[in-house]
Amino acid sequence: MTAAIQVNAVEKSFGNVAIIRDLNLSVAKGERHAIIGPNGAGKSTTFNLISGHIKPTSGEIRLNGEVTSGLRPFEINRRGLSRSFQVTNVFARMTVWENVRCAVLWATGHRYAFWKNVDNLPEVKQRTAQILDDIHLSHRRDVPAGLLTYAEQRELEIGITIAGGASVIMLDEPTAGMSHAETERAVALIRRLTEGRTLVIVEHDMSVVFGLADRISVLVYGHIIASGTPEEIRGNPKVKEAYLGEEVD
Amino acid sequence: MTNAVTPAPAMAKEESSSALSFYGIWLVAAAALVVLPLIFSSGGSLTSFSLIGIAIIFALSYNILLGQTGLLSFGHAVQYGLGGFLAVHAMNAVASHNWPIPLPVIPLMGGIGGMAFALLVGWVMTKRAGTVFAMISLGIGELVASSSLILRSVFGGESGITTDRTALMPLFGWTFGPQIQVYYLIAFWVMVSAIAMYALTRTPLGRICNAVRDNPERVEFIGYDPHVVRYLAYMFAGFFAGIAGGLTAINFEIANSAYLGATQSGLVLFSAFIGGTAYFFGPILGAILVTYLQLGLTNVTSVWQLYFGIIFIAIVMYAPGGIAGILMKHRPLIRAGTLRSVIPSYLVAAIPTLALALGIILTIETVARFSGGDVINLLGIPFVATAPTTWAAAAVLVVGGFLVARITWRRIAEAWDRAATVARDRGYLA
Repeated sequence: MTAAIQVNAVEKSFGNVAIIRDLNLSVAKGERHAIIGPNGAGKSTTFNLISGHIKPTSGEIRLNGEVTSGLRPFEINRRGLSRSFQVTNVFARMTVWENVRCAVLWATGHRYAFWKNVDNLPEVKQRTAQILDDIHLSHRRDVPAGLLTYAEQRELEIGITIAGGASVIMLDEPTAGMSHAETERAVALIRRLTEGRTLVIVEHDMSVVFGLADRISVLVYGHIIASGTPEEIRGNPKVKEAYLGEEVD
Repeated sequence: MTNAVTPAPAMAKEESSSALSFYGIWLVAAAALVVLPLIFSSGGSLTSFSLIGIAIIFALSYNILLGQTGLLSFGHAVQYGLGGFLAVHAMNAVASHNWPIPLPVIPLMGGIGGMAFALLVGWVMTKRAGTVFAMISLGIGELVASSSLILRSVFGGESGITTDRTALMPLFGWTFGPQIQVYYLIAFWVMVSAIAMYALTRTPLGRICNAVRDNPERVEFIGYDPHVVRYLAYMFAGFFAGIAGGLTAINFEIANSAYLGATQSGLVLFSAFIGGTAYFFGPILGAILVTYLQLGLTNVTSVWQLYFGIIFIAIVMYAPGGIAGILMKHRPLIRAGTLRSVIPSYLVAAIPTLALALGIILTIETVARFSGGDVINLLGIPFVATAPTTWAAAAVLVVGGFLVARITWRRIAEAWDRAATVARDRGYLA
């Protein structure tokens, strides 16, 4: 079976500084995969590479078997990969409803249409309403996204990410800055919404990681030092030394 | 389950009533366009209405870029002017070949001209938004404006190219010689263009334009290429600017290099911004005000552009949402019924603010007319620019007006805060 995401020997340098060195990563279809690592390890850069936000200096990235390294983000998105951002990245002056609807439009085949009334597309309407319901923001549908609370914006961020129906979802620290209760809510939300899809998540909160992930990869200095099930990662001495320390016990 | 069902009829009712008021607005606008020249039938007002109509289309087309897609263009007059030139050439060609094409179709040629140019240069221009786009638009504007003086066969050099709108075949007995017939031709195109441009904002492309304006980076991650979105928006803006240019050519029976220039580009930016770019109707208000001021002020003062500059700076600094933004800020207060508590503070502030404005006008006119010019006529009171009494009056008005006005402005802010808080408590966003 082809992997959902296959990263082969990817390098990324900014000038002379190598941020990512010989990165190899394989995420199977339907797997929930967490990438962990200390600050500055290159987790966000890895996300940016896979989603096409930046291009690798060398190496190859495949999405569902197809080479995507070198493609633009929207081309990769159209091939079934969608990502969220660590810093909330929504359409601030548009309402919650419009934010989600915009994310639905391409996937429902309306593309750049300028001959259709956007309010008259039943499928778009239904799907948008469904996603708002899923992320518990139906009651806030007419509020400009910029006026939402932080936790609500994070939920909207996830809503926009899943709205297009991508088969591979990448979430960059979805619970960052959330309270304990909010985090639990967000994890339940993520678990439910990514059911049957491939999930790649970057997360600092170890309870989230070990509660959610089927497999974990540990990234240190732009290189994956270990990849395995949560139990394997817990027991891996290299990981203990490099990153987790006593936190795992 | 029951509470999911109950709101449905209320929502349907709300939807149908909002649809009614929506179509009502367009019908009222159309009726106003038909009736206006019957009420104000002098030649001067007909000319003014015609120019205002053209300015409305032009400003709305500009807002496809600035307000809808977040593209600040300093060269929008290029598409407008080229549309005008193409319309003039089309009219001359139709007239000389006796083609059976009536005049009302000609603005469409202008639109095609504007769009064709946008198609040609747009892909390179819209690669980036922000400063890059603004600078390139400025460059293209200068390029085309200066070319128009060099390429004489197409643009007619300094004098431009003239045409005769009555030389085309009459339509239902209309020759479009009289200004009233030209007015109705323009009014027709104002309605058609405004409806089309509004409809554009309600399409998938129109919505994604807003998304590109707000966050082009994120748009790339929901499947869209912001470059393509900007390019399409640029072409639509060029099309409607070209229609406005074509109408201008019909109205004046000439197209010249002034149509393409930076002054024209500046004026449309000005109209859209003063009116307010965040709302569809904003640029309409701006176009009406700016054209009206332009026509009115040129008769009254030689330094009318200075006033434009002051108004522009004031709007940018104190009301970046423009007139539409100021109006729409009141909507939650109206809905919550708290507007009444703010109005007295407005009325109180109006007096010193007016005094301040008069003081500024008197100062400017004194400076402008010091070394010769007519007597300044302010609200029917004559002031002589060289008289110290005039200077004293100006100083008193400016200083006194400002000091008192500042207090009353603070009162407005306080009254406003109270009213907005109540509105928020009652569940209306403010």
